[in-house]
Amino acid sequence: MKEKIKARVMDSRKIKRAFNRMATEITERNRDLNNLVIIGIRTRGVHIAKRIANLIKEYDNIDVPVGILDITLYRDDFSELEDKHIVKKTEINFSIENKNVLLVDDVLFTGRTIRAAMDSLIDLGRPKTIQLLVFIDRGHKELPIRADYTGKSLPTSRREQVKVKLKEIDKKDEVLITEPGGIE
Amino acid sequence: MSFKKKHLLGIQPLTKSEILTILNTAESLKEISKREVKKVPVLRGKTIINLFFEPSTRTRSSFELAAKRLSADISSFSKTTSSAVKGETLKDTVLNLEAMQTDALIIRHSASGTPHFLSTFCQSHVINAGDGTHEHPTQALLDAFTIREAKKRLKGLKVVIVGDILHSRVARSNVFLLKKMGAQVLLVGPPALVPPEMSQLGAEIDHDMDRAVKKADVIMMLRIQMERQQKNYFPSIREYRQLYSLTPKRFETAHKKAIIMHPGPINRDVEISTHLADSIKSVILKQVENGIAIRMAVLYLLLGGKERDFTD
Repeated sequence: MKEKIKARVMDSRKIKRAFNRMATEITERNRDLNNLVIIGIRTRGVHIAKRIANLIKEYDNIDVPVGILDITLYRDDFSELEDKHIVKKTEINFSIENKNVLLVDDVLFTGRTIRAAMDSLIDLGRPKTIQLLVFIDRGHKELPIRADYTGKSLPTSRREQVKVKLKEIDKKDEVLITEPGGIE
Repeated sequence: MSFKKKHLLGIQPLTKSEILTILNTAESLKEISKREVKKVPVLRGKTIINLFFEPSTRTRSSFELAAKRLSADISSFSKTTSSAVKGETLKDTVLNLEAMQTDALIIRHSASGTPHFLSTFCQSHVINAGDGTHEHPTQALLDAFTIREAKKRLKGLKVVIVGDILHSRVARSNVFLLKKMGAQVLLVGPPALVPPEMSQLGAEIDHDMDRAVKKADVIMMLRIQMERQQKNYFPSIREYRQLYSLTPKRFETAHKKAIIMHPGPINRDVEISTHLADSIKSVILKQVENGIAIRMAVLYLLLGGKERDFTD
């Protein structure tokens, strides 16, 4: 389906500033950074997680482990989207037992992805805490889930889509609001 | 890369891309069996029945564990303890089981074509766990997965399959799969067990083991099926062993990094020397380990999500 771009909400400069701010908030709130692990939800959450880890390394010279979570097997709606049918690897090569886990995703929408991610994490061990970082919080939550760190809160209509584009996969850093439109 | 088949009846009806989807899905699922809690909720609420009309250790428990690791409910049934011994027909047995709201039936039967027959009237997904001398698709898939894991590819490899090809559903499924993936397959054994018409499967044939093993990348040994040897396909076990057993001396002539496979159960020192079966060149137990991941992938791809439109 065709889609039209309604607005370019953030450019690479604003995105960089948001990353710096969130990394600072994380280091302030987590006194014991050695007990912190970061887990990114496939696909874009992984790249955001890696950037956060790099910034923490820059600020505090601590290597925070980064893991990758695929939540396909925990979804409650996966049959509705063909792409979601494909299971990819979960790669968490460290124990999350008693750790402070920072869960990372690109967009917080209904909250169902985060619900699935938390179920999956709890099957892998018993973390001390789970904190949530999302780059965009766009509203319309269907579950009692909120983010601890947010790049930007962006009120949207349900019809709209929010696209977080990242250099690592999209060649460019930007956040767009798009809307289905035009004829197929 | 989606999967739209309702049943897994064999390798022959699968496309190359469907085979790749199964292999790649299995690769993602393999990690689950290494967790402390070896379970994910994706098939919660699905009911599966294992219908085994022939003996089996590996395949049956592998399917059971695969189903359980995906949170499905599975119940196993074997011929000797069922009403089949009271003379109930297969169709009646299956219809009765389906009346208990099953989602999938996994069937092993000595008659070739039984899974196809079931698929003509079953509402449930039908999975072939070995039918007569026809196919054993999940075995070929786990073999391919194991080869790919060891060799990083399938295309262009020289795979030698040795033994009772005539009666082997494992060999047949493997030939179909390996040919689709671009490997070269050589079938080896005594003429009575590797008749010339086997070449119609698309594989080459050789009756000289020493010649065949040279430069092989993968050597797959098959079990001499003692239960099917009444017809005297070869003069004696002793002679068979001399001509076709995989011995260290023969194995030396294969490719330096060649791997040894066997679908099990093995007859030690008949088709394969004990020394080789237990050597680091052998991936026999890896095959068993990977069997779980493959069967999880098959169950997930057939049963996962809501009912879809199937192409078969």
